[in-house]
Amino acid sequence: MQAVAKESTRVEYGKVLALMGAENPDIVVLDADLSGSTQTHLFAKAFKDRFFNVGIAEQDMMGTAAGLAVGGKIPFASTFAVFAAGRAWEQIRQTIAYGNLNVKIVASHGGITVGEDGGSHQAVEDLALMRVLPNMVVLVPADGPETRAMVRWAAEYRGPVYIRTGRLPFPVIFDESYRFELGRGHILREGEDVTLAGLGLMTHHCLEAAELLAAAGVSARVLNLSCLKPLDWELVVDSARRTGAMVSAEEHQATGGLGSAVAEVLSEFYPVPLKRIGLRDIFGLSGKPEDLLAHFGLTPGDIKNAALDVIARKQK
Amino acid sequence: MKRIIDAGQLREIARQVRLDIVEMLYRAGSGHTGGSLSAADILVTLFFGKMRLKFGEPKAAQRDYFVLSKGHAAPALYAVLARLGYFSREELFTLRRFGSSLQGHPDATLTPGVEVPTGSLGQGLSIANGLALALRLNGTGQRVYTLLGDGEVQEGQVWEAAMTASHYGLDNLTAVLDRNRLQIDGRTKEVMSIEPLARKWEAFGWHTVEIDGHNHQEILDSLNACEQVQGRPSMIIARTIKGKGVSIFEDQVKYHGVAPSKDEYEQALKELAA
Repeated sequence: MQAVAKESTRVEYGKVLALMGAENPDIVVLDADLSGSTQTHLFAKAFKDRFFNVGIAEQDMMGTAAGLAVGGKIPFASTFAVFAAGRAWEQIRQTIAYGNLNVKIVASHGGITVGEDGGSHQAVEDLALMRVLPNMVVLVPADGPETRAMVRWAAEYRGPVYIRTGRLPFPVIFDESYRFELGRGHILREGEDVTLAGLGLMTHHCLEAAELLAAAGVSARVLNLSCLKPLDWELVVDSARRTGAMVSAEEHQATGGLGSAVAEVLSEFYPVPLKRIGLRDIFGLSGKPEDLLAHFGLTPGDIKNAALDVIARKQK
Repeated sequence: MKRIIDAGQLREIARQVRLDIVEMLYRAGSGHTGGSLSAADILVTLFFGKMRLKFGEPKAAQRDYFVLSKGHAAPALYAVLARLGYFSREELFTLRRFGSSLQGHPDATLTPGVEVPTGSLGQGLSIANGLALALRLNGTGQRVYTLLGDGEVQEGQVWEAAMTASHYGLDNLTAVLDRNRLQIDGRTKEVMSIEPLARKWEAFGWHTVEIDGHNHQEILDSLNACEQVQGRPSMIIARTIKGKGVSIFEDQVKYHGVAPSKDEYEQALKELAA
């Protein structure tokens, strides 16, 4: 790929939210003392009367967001993913998901690339916790344009949505004409020998792995499965049928998130060799993002090796 | 809907609501008897004497909102909602059965008049705060009411919400606390002390009053007075008796989550007869 601009999904969320505030007076925003990090401070500055900081109280934030939704508003509630999905899980479960309320949870700092703050602040189970909830839509944008499109879509959609953003900037994949469609994945690169399916940062690592594989004479299809729930199961099955082997990659436990979602679809509809790239029942650590990605086996090279492994396991 | 402000009339409605609660629970064979009966006078006074509602129109524009934070008192709420014409009285007696619109705890997706799902304790006040913020932005003068249990304030989220309501000066919110002094495992003072309750709410910045939660006039007067308070939320601590209205249930820990037996049911009908 040629050198492209980089954008952080977290920063793009903050920017588009501030734009949307001017367009839709029903949009309200909540944060739990992390508005500088989640980027909701941009909205807060422009729309003081529609921004509610609840202090360091994530459980209260989710309940307050639920009440605002019942009152006809479109609340976006933001904090770090580990607190949104973890600390406030039961509030999300009992009120927002159970009540099918129109609350948008946009959680930043997903995955291990949070870096130096360490394992306590790295959400590596949030996707599992959200994916298991009925009514909940779970999204992980892969770049700036997709973030903007997802956030705009979420404001129009009626029902609970969880969007995970990341701390690091990613290269831009999509152009501004991109429109998000619920339940649709994307083929970013065509290939015949194996399918690499990613989420967020790992979508980019899948693209890089496909380049490494191409140099070795292996052709890989690359999927962006940014809509984790509902998953584009038809695309997953089609890719399995076409390439006969698959690798999933996510900045998350290898259980409960994308790897599990793909395994569920494949085992039920079209079993092929699968390798799940993710954390193997282990918590994160402090360190530079690149060191952590290497330590936990989440690099393009790791995806390439996994691809060669599943290709070798194909039935001859 | 025309408000009923005569204490005698409210008392009579509460008697009929208690009969419905006992009937519902007896037919269901399970459910929360004590906390439903302790809350009956508060709910009847609130819904018939205070809130702006429209008979038969649970989604009426400009209505006041209610959140049953102590969701296990669902039978009392359902009995009131049926009397508001939101659904038929016959439906009350399907409580807790498969296929019923009346779940064991309030489910807003199934029951007309239930605004939000509750039942997991400690969460209703946060929801009420969000509603109060939304209604204040709308500028329509609508109010929000919520009913908390006393054991419920052992949940930490209640105090997060207490801070939020005060910080945002939610004077369109009135909370009532059903101080029946019992919880599943025993007396609140033995399980986990919550006193001094009034001083706690005052310290959190709330306008706080204590009343007799079975005196309809006192309940109505306090609700009216709280509506006049400006710049801060109001808390009415209503001293009640768990199981109120049926002597064998009154102040008995065991009736927190137990439905009446046949003998108890028959005695309850006798005691609640006009």
